[in-house]
Amino acid sequence: MNNTVQIDKTIDARGMACPGPLMNLIGAIRQGEVGQTFDVLSSDEGSKTDIPAWVAKAKHELIEVRPDAGFTHFIVRKVR
Amino acid sequence: MTNDVLIIGGGVGGTIVANLVAKEAGDRARVTLVDSTGMHVYQPGFLYVAVGQEKPENLSREESRLLRSEVKLVVDQATLVRTDDHKVVLKSGKTLRYDELVLATGSRIVPEEVPGAAGAHNFYSMEGATRLHRALEQFTGGTIVIGVAGIPYKCPPAPVEFVFLLDDYLRARRLREKSQIKLLSPLNRAFTIEATSKLVQPILAERGIELTGFFNVETVDPINKTVTSLEGETVGYDLLVLVPPHRGAKLIEDSKLGDARGWIPVDKNTLKHTEHPDIWALGDATNIPISKSGSVAHYEASVAADEIVAALKGEAPPAHVYDGKVMCFLETGQGQATTIRFDYDHPPVSPNPSHLWHWAKALFNKTYWHTVPQGRLP
Repeated sequence: MNNTVQIDKTIDARGMACPGPLMNLIGAIRQGEVGQTFDVLSSDEGSKTDIPAWVAKAKHELIEVRPDAGFTHFIVRKVR
Repeated sequence: MTNDVLIIGGGVGGTIVANLVAKEAGDRARVTLVDSTGMHVYQPGFLYVAVGQEKPENLSREESRLLRSEVKLVVDQATLVRTDDHKVVLKSGKTLRYDELVLATGSRIVPEEVPGAAGAHNFYSMEGATRLHRALEQFTGGTIVIGVAGIPYKCPPAPVEFVFLLDDYLRARRLREKSQIKLLSPLNRAFTIEATSKLVQPILAERGIELTGFFNVETVDPINKTVTSLEGETVGYDLLVLVPPHRGAKLIEDSKLGDARGWIPVDKNTLKHTEHPDIWALGDATNIPISKSGSVAHYEASVAADEIVAALKGEAPPAHVYDGKVMCFLETGQGQATTIRFDYDHPPVSPNPSHLWHWAKALFNKTYWHTVPQGRLP
């Protein structure tokens, strides 16, 4: 883990097909507080384009995209 | 020994399970189906009601006429499942015992979860589709916006089908040149399925239907006639059609048998409840991340029925499991349609739209009553 970022909520969407991981992130952002940081765990290839594209459109902050064993971490901060 | 097999919900999944278990289990089961209305409604027809291509009265039949004579139909509302003593409480105050329970309780729409959306149109109920049709009849031109206020919702391609049928409708009424159709999608494509989205997006463009991606409807301002997304965009409308948020049945939430949104956690292959080995769930009611559609309920029903019949006969669970099969039609307007087919191991594929698939869908809609509820189609 990146020790400089404190994760408020981990969204384990491993094994879910597209668009499950993104929709789980959208749900968490909808209910979360401004400033909170989410770590989405996804094994779906589509997330690599969908999640960064959505975060940019929704004007939140994509802090990090980091490959792990068979899945990827998407660390996103809700900024508005 | 005769077991009590109790099925809650007389939609496509519940009806097929009831008929198949009654047929296969013989004296081993007393099969009872509880439905709150006693009417079976063919929900894929709502789209056609909205655009004036179908009459509401053609979309419902008495459930009793679709069930085998061995199945007892109870028209009442199930209000609570008590897993501790294997009973289901009904609104009338009666209780029904079960040895095996099938929850085919579907989904419900909750437009009240979107601030300002109470007056928005939808095609997710007979009343909604009828009201939308009346509004379209009075429409004289302007901007029609179609938005989605939450995933999952029933029939993922329905908003896309609706805009194509709406385009046809407005052309037939010579209103198309005075109108704009805007489809707001929660994803950066037409709908959830990527391959089919790629197929339909050029057709949307060709018909002049504007697609806006990543628009997750958050609020509606009915005074100023605008809809605003979670992503921070605002779009104006003259007529708003919203796919409302969906939840599992209230019965499931009240009985604490589902997740936070009332979807029932089941094994994605056996459809058995993850915590209760004598409860199965199918169709819209489950938490399986697959389309909420009649097609899924249909394919799942024979799996649930086989599982229950094997349990009644004391046999090993059947090798036949639900493999995630989905097959549905997608109208692309101008008398053409495509299909979407996939399962857990095979990504969706769609052929190029053709008149053939439109006629196949029309034929299926007409013959449904004589084939699907009885379990005659595999």
